[in-house]
Amino acid sequence: MNLLIKGGRVIDPSQNIDETLDVLVVEGKIKELGKGLKAPQGGDVIDAKGLLVTPGLLDMHVHLRDPGLEYKEDIVTGTRAAAAGGFTSVACMPNTKPVNDNKAITSYIVAKAKAEGTVNVFPIGAITQGSKGETLAEMGDMKEAGCVAVSDDGRPVANAELMRRALEYAKGMGIMVIAHSEEIALVGEGVMNEGFTATELGLKGIPRVAEDIAVARDVYLAEYTNSPLHVAHVSTKGSVRIIRDAKARGAKVTCETAPHYFSLTDDAVRGYDTSAKMNPPLREADDVAAIKTGLFDGTIDAIATDHAPHHLDEKDVEFNLALNGIIGLETALPLALKLVGEKVLDLKGLVEKMSLNPAKILGLDRGTLKPEAIADITVIDPEQEWTVTPEGLASKSKNSPWLGAKMKGAAVYTIVAGKVVYKNA
Amino acid sequence: MVTKTLGDRTGCFSDDEGGNMGFKHKDIIALKDLTKEEIELLLSTAENMREINSRDIKKVPTLRGKTIVNLFYEASTRTRTSFEIAAKRLSADTVNISPSTSSATKGETLSDTALNLLAMKPDIIVMRHAISGSHYFLAKRLSCSIINAGDGAHEHPSQGLLDMLTMRDKFGTLAGLKVAIVGDITHSRVARSDIAGLTKMGSHVFLAGPPTMIPPGVEKLGNVTVCKDMREAVEDADVVMMLRIQLERQGKTLLPSLREYARYYGLNPEVLKLAKKDAMVMHPGPINRGVELSSYVADGAQSHILNQVENGVAVRMAMLYHVSGGELPTE
Repeated sequence: MNLLIKGGRVIDPSQNIDETLDVLVVEGKIKELGKGLKAPQGGDVIDAKGLLVTPGLLDMHVHLRDPGLEYKEDIVTGTRAAAAGGFTSVACMPNTKPVNDNKAITSYIVAKAKAEGTVNVFPIGAITQGSKGETLAEMGDMKEAGCVAVSDDGRPVANAELMRRALEYAKGMGIMVIAHSEEIALVGEGVMNEGFTATELGLKGIPRVAEDIAVARDVYLAEYTNSPLHVAHVSTKGSVRIIRDAKARGAKVTCETAPHYFSLTDDAVRGYDTSAKMNPPLREADDVAAIKTGLFDGTIDAIATDHAPHHLDEKDVEFNLALNGIIGLETALPLALKLVGEKVLDLKGLVEKMSLNPAKILGLDRGTLKPEAIADITVIDPEQEWTVTPEGLASKSKNSPWLGAKMKGAAVYTIVAGKVVYKNA
Repeated sequence: MVTKTLGDRTGCFSDDEGGNMGFKHKDIIALKDLTKEEIELLLSTAENMREINSRDIKKVPTLRGKTIVNLFYEASTRTRTSFEIAAKRLSADTVNISPSTSSATKGETLSDTALNLLAMKPDIIVMRHAISGSHYFLAKRLSCSIINAGDGAHEHPSQGLLDMLTMRDKFGTLAGLKVAIVGDITHSRVARSDIAGLTKMGSHVFLAGPPTMIPPGVEKLGNVTVCKDMREAVEDADVVMMLRIQLERQGKTLLPSLREYARYYGLNPEVLKLAKKDAMVMHPGPINRGVELSSYVADGAQSHILNQVENGVAVRMAMLYHVSGGELPTE
């Protein structure tokens, strides 16, 4: 596919670029960045004046629910939602039905995504068989079939010995372990963050230390085994501090947070709003501040949505019975752009967290507009205002705490390998 | 339209000038959602209702033709009975549904159960549910009135009201009272309703219990002080409210034994001496004798536990009356 994106503000941290340039795409690859470039033969021209042109956004933590839970989401709708949110790639977690713990499931996901998906899908396999935390899954096989990381996301590997062996084994296979760090005994029957709001609402709390000590354990295991580790969905002040300290010691640890953890506090649960119920739960103002500091100082490497679609029937119930998780693909970009307004990140930093760093962590040749790179590109209008409505969301599920909220900033073109897969201009 | 008060018909409301004008809620879910004036109104209506309960023929036609469903997802004897008696004394028709006999065991959702009930046109649903906030969930979906008979660890407003009425009977006012609440605050909906109501009415609440049972931030709920020692809370108290300890519900990680609990957090005559001379001893029941309350105290002269139960009926009559709009059918 040939394409010329003219006159946009190109933000590419991989080349330390932030200037007005044309981007020329030939045969699905970046050909050249420059001024006054000529349109290619038979190619389209996108006028990007006043718009941002960035490497395609990459969400390294989504739940596509396919196979097995297609009533919530599937590869078709999930990747459409990704495209609408400006993501050209997503990495999908293995807690499907059955769990993606073997190459057959991995191959199914890869094949279906190739045939019917709108954006690139990079599967993440399970650390343990069935994500049961008992026996390692066949990581080598899964990697060959297309998995880019392993994780038992949704639950921790409770047994520390098994987590140690997982880190060692994965290192041998050259595949990243993504930890869902949570001390289950401390979580108990908790349904929201433990604190004043939970006290007032009479809901069982999940203490922040349940995350902190699990992150500490996993970080120590990574250091002990000299293995890389990526910590998923960091939500607490304590986790940020532990990871900052580990990085300072030279540990090969990276981490991500999700937009809700820097946008909302547990106040959002008031009214027993199940669209504010997720795991880890929304925390408190000092955690939100620490997450922002972590993004600012580089402790937090990536912003990932933890897009977790659930059917209305699973959310429109009493608070304790509602499932954990919210959708995030279509609201992440405007929420992250707010951080630019708040000077937590500059635009280059934002693109790093949402494209370059996740690509690096997963070992993917994405997140860059260097010549010869696959032309995954997002064109963003940072000023576009819109309102989140159920009808407007491409995701099959509508479990978002931002329904009815006004957003500023949107993807106007999502381009995968030189092909416009989503247009909102 | 002329709103007739209960007094027109029964003669007991002769001083009820405002009728029911002050109460605008369709539901009563939590005392924290009510204003001081609304709580006062409920309490004074309850005082009037008490007169009915002392008559030979304990029945007025106020809610004749109204249907009240008692939907109890958690076992309850006294609260359910009390609501049922309250409804009957106001001439409402009552239906009791409990989980063992309901479709909850067939896997029906709360929403579906409620919508099905609603189709049968009840006027009020009185519900007890194990999950905090369930009543808000229901109230959003149903046009009939919802009264909370206890939700999880959130609130138990009728208990809070009857506690306040019992205290007001003795002291004439709630303003300035020192009320000690001792026990498992974390899991107690009674404590939350008491705290919400009492602090609105000007009382000062002192909490005590093992730190494993004191929820974070509870002191921010109002004029609330958390005490390290039960004695601190009880000292000079006007009221000592003891909460029921339920080891089976709260798990084994919170306490070593009931024996030790009784030693440090149980109310016995010796500890009670620290309170004001005429201090009231209260308990929402059922009592664990010898655990949170020694029998000498439970059955002693300062115990007001049975007054609480008696007031329960009057308070619930007032709640039913006010959510019904407090209007009498015109003759």
